[in-house]
Amino acid sequence: MTNHWNDIQHADAILIMGSNPAENHPISFKWVNEARTKRGAKLIVVDPRFTRSAATADIYARLRPGTDIAFLGAVINYAIEKNRIHEEYVKNYTDAAYIVNPAFQGATDLDGLFSGLTGAKYDKATWAYEMDENGIPKQDLTLQDPLCVYQLLKKHYSRYTIKKVSDITGCDAADLEAVCETYTATCKPELSGTIMYAMGTTQHTYGSQNVRAFAVLQLLLGNIGNAGGGINALRGESNVQGSTDHGALFHILTGYLKYPKANQPTLAVYNEQNTPKNKDPKSLNWWGNTPKYMASLMKAWWRDADLETAYSYLPKIDDGKNYSYLPIYSAMANGEIKGMFVWGMNPAVGAPSSKMIRKAIAQLDWMVCVDLWETETSAFWQKEAGVNPADIKTEVFLLPAASSMEKEGSISNSGRWCQWRYKAIDPVGHAEDDLWIINQIVNRTKALYAKEGGAFPDPIANLTWNYGKVGLDGKIHPPSPREVAKEINGYFIAEKEIEDKAKGEIKKFKPGDIVPSFAMLQDDGSTVCGCWVYAGSIDDKGENKMMKRDPADPTGLGMFPNWSWSWPVNRRIVYNRASVNVEGKPFSKEKPVLWWSPLKKAWLGDIPDGNGDPDAILPFIMVPHGRGMLFAAGMSDGPFPEHYEPLESVVKNTLSNSQVSPVITRWDEKAKEETCNPILAAGCIAALYGSEEAKEFPTICSTYRVSEHWQTGQMTRWIPWLNELVPNQFVEMSEEFAREHGITFGDKVKLTSARNVEGITAYAMITKRLKPFRIQGKDIHMVGITWHFGYKGLATGGNANDLTPFIGDPNTMIPEYKAFLVKVEKA
Amino acid sequence: MAEYIKLIDVTKCTGCRGCQVACKQWNSLPAVDTMFTGSLQNPKDLNYNTWCLIRFDEVEKDGKLNWLMRHDACMHCETPACAKACPSPGALTKNENGSVVHNPAYCIGCRSCIVACPFDIPRNDKALEKMAKCSLCHDRIDDGKKPACVTACPTGCLTFGTKEEMLKAAEKRAEKVKGVIYPANPHYETHVMYILPGTVGVEDFSHMNPHPKMPATLYWWKNLFKPFTLIGIAGVAGAAFLHYIIKGPHRVHEKKEGGE
Repeated sequence: MTNHWNDIQHADAILIMGSNPAENHPISFKWVNEARTKRGAKLIVVDPRFTRSAATADIYARLRPGTDIAFLGAVINYAIEKNRIHEEYVKNYTDAAYIVNPAFQGATDLDGLFSGLTGAKYDKATWAYEMDENGIPKQDLTLQDPLCVYQLLKKHYSRYTIKKVSDITGCDAADLEAVCETYTATCKPELSGTIMYAMGTTQHTYGSQNVRAFAVLQLLLGNIGNAGGGINALRGESNVQGSTDHGALFHILTGYLKYPKANQPTLAVYNEQNTPKNKDPKSLNWWGNTPKYMASLMKAWWRDADLETAYSYLPKIDDGKNYSYLPIYSAMANGEIKGMFVWGMNPAVGAPSSKMIRKAIAQLDWMVCVDLWETETSAFWQKEAGVNPADIKTEVFLLPAASSMEKEGSISNSGRWCQWRYKAIDPVGHAEDDLWIINQIVNRTKALYAKEGGAFPDPIANLTWNYGKVGLDGKIHPPSPREVAKEINGYFIAEKEIEDKAKGEIKKFKPGDIVPSFAMLQDDGSTVCGCWVYAGSIDDKGENKMMKRDPADPTGLGMFPNWSWSWPVNRRIVYNRASVNVEGKPFSKEKPVLWWSPLKKAWLGDIPDGNGDPDAILPFIMVPHGRGMLFAAGMSDGPFPEHYEPLESVVKNTLSNSQVSPVITRWDEKAKEETCNPILAAGCIAALYGSEEAKEFPTICSTYRVSEHWQTGQMTRWIPWLNELVPNQFVEMSEEFAREHGITFGDKVKLTSARNVEGITAYAMITKRLKPFRIQGKDIHMVGITWHFGYKGLATGGNANDLTPFIGDPNTMIPEYKAFLVKVEKA
Repeated sequence: MAEYIKLIDVTKCTGCRGCQVACKQWNSLPAVDTMFTGSLQNPKDLNYNTWCLIRFDEVEKDGKLNWLMRHDACMHCETPACAKACPSPGALTKNENGSVVHNPAYCIGCRSCIVACPFDIPRNDKALEKMAKCSLCHDRIDDGKKPACVTACPTGCLTFGTKEEMLKAAEKRAEKVKGVIYPANPHYETHVMYILPGTVGVEDFSHMNPHPKMPATLYWWKNLFKPFTLIGIAGVAGAAFLHYIIKGPHRVHEKKEGGE
């Protein structure tokens, strides 16, 4: 979230799209209701299904799964055509006025593609701004130059008319226009609109571009940085924000530092390639600090090694490789991976084409599962999984873990609030907390390397592991999460004098001193910091700010600066410098996040994004040139979001002849190759538009969650009270669809897909809340199914992901769970 | 002691069913073994171990779909028909704080309360021969807490406060959302009230009585005929006494062994 949960109360319009917070983030509706009661905010819900979020909405608009970019394109087009944009904001704080390379060609010129496509990859040389003699992007502040970003954007979205988009999405034109009218009303400087999104947005082969479309819209309306605005990702798990902050993804280290690649053999090369350069004196270009954060991280992990040696210990990503979910399981199916740790996860239910995933897991020599219960993953070898245990060679270890009530630590919510949580009760039986388990593994592995040596023992042998020490009695003492929190915050390991230019003083630090903020981190190895965005979470007296529980609210905006601690530097709304004009006056007098006091010569309110006088710096400090990006050259699949169809679709793309995203990794094509491993060949095939398979599987299917269960059900399906509420797997369908297929109340149905012809069964939920979509003169049906069920637990049922396609977004590789094709028949 | 009201603002309900689970948790009620019911409503109806239930209705009106979600539980009547109908003293008690509470120790399982309730709330367990229903968490109220369902509600749909506060809040909210207060006061007074959206009517909600009132038969029986039963009982007792005076005590005639 750029903002935070209780900031939703300040919105004047709330767009819920690609999420269903009433069901999946129920507490957020407290703030949605607050905004509606107190401010008269309008609630817009855009969803293929009439959900529990839609039930109380002012405007509900239906769209066919996978047509979000088309829908948002219409809203963007409407905003531009009717001049419903926040002009001052767009000119000063976005790249609208920047001139783009004349050789750049967009989707309007190239039939849905962008210049530079070679094979399945874009050469992005032309996706660039024109620079002046000082190396600063050229601008046309009148926004009239046909090469400026604004004009290119206008041209790109001119094709997304209400009529056209209505025909693509199946959304009634009047509803679509009502959404455009209501949401773009927040272009007024004093008003704000918020977007609440989740996996309905991201789980597509253009999921990242769906989010980009939100960004473009919010920048045009001036809705980023202010109270009640922002782009707000509703995280699906209580601490998933923390897990990405701390690098639990394949492509990033902690604090979103890029993960090193094999062609970056030294730290010097890594820094050179990953530190963006900028010559605009008004742009802070915060990623310019990359070398300091990287050096501090290397020192946190290998204290006694010099920086280059420490860097050499890090495993690198092989050139051209990607270690996300899909490639990992593909490699596993090919026998390239021998062992796996599955920690609080359940891929046997949660992964795409999960039937194939279970077969891939069976290729492992060993698997360690750490969980509260026996999950479908740790039980993949049992009879319930549909296999003969005697045929499975994988050795499985199940380590009982402590639940969230049984361990201490921090939890970072969607709004970046890091809250300390205390242990309430001791774990049951032999269960231990995660830190205890990982500490045992590290210490025992270190001891083994010390005793037996190995091919390359140094990274483990030299790893700094100064918590949970081994006592004189030889026993490993349990470490405290507070020791880890201190390292995450960072501290000095050498004497250091740092000049504070703003105050004109020199600060002296000695080894052991807490790093007060990431501005003090050093690139010379004198500081350690486990995660730079968390620097400042512990104060100089060693007090953990995540433990703060002061309900004072000085701004009255519900920012509660002394309740927990929010990264970065306790800033509650990021990019908040965009909530004030160039004189430092808030665009909204009623809900000012930040304002400049000329008397005190200081910013008041929230912690500002960067210091200095008003207009001294540009607000988007994480962007090299400092302005919000309408034109994003960093994307793999185009600088502007363009509509494509899902990989599996029964609808022809009528906006261009590019049916699907041109740069996605086509596992389905690999599956057709003769040399393909049979596990992958069966599990990766897809029903493409116009193919025989698409005729056989003519119904759109989308997966989702309900309030009553959580994720793969690995926790909730063991709780009788929750099973009572939703005891069985069910599939939602319209009355029209049920009638056409002879399905009646209480029937069980079978769902099959190209990847799973045996199929799964579920109860039919026949409802008025789903309706066929009218697309290109035809009725197109969809069904929806939860992905909460599997074969373990007290309630069991068909696993929806046994049907889903093995395909992902080209930027993030997130799988396309939200739009695929099935056949539904009476069981 | 203050008199309280639980206010259910249906316009804010998202049907998350947190109230349903919180009720079971606080009252230590076991889960019912359910099956898919065709909708999200589950269990299908209130039962001995389910004292509150979200009812889901899909109603199309003026070309617009309404997905109605309603928290259904005991209304805690000012003049509770259940308590009036109950023949076993102490089994159903109306408290000063407004709650109507059942006590299984005194319940004889006669089902009179079930027949009498204008909202069809009490439920019986056949094997135990006991009734059960929502108690407004009177034990929590006595402890200065709100009912478990209200504490659990994330959206502000369920609120709880003194009668005075809540009546004012209800009027204000109903005016704002152009909604309807149910049951209309002073037509029928309860300690649980609803704000229903103005776009639909009471009749669109399943299991909702548009005109709640004390059953006439119960009124006639308990208020008018009951005095006569006392006369009847007194009459029987008087006659027995008279019989004793005239005929003397009952004597058991010893049977002779061996028959005649």
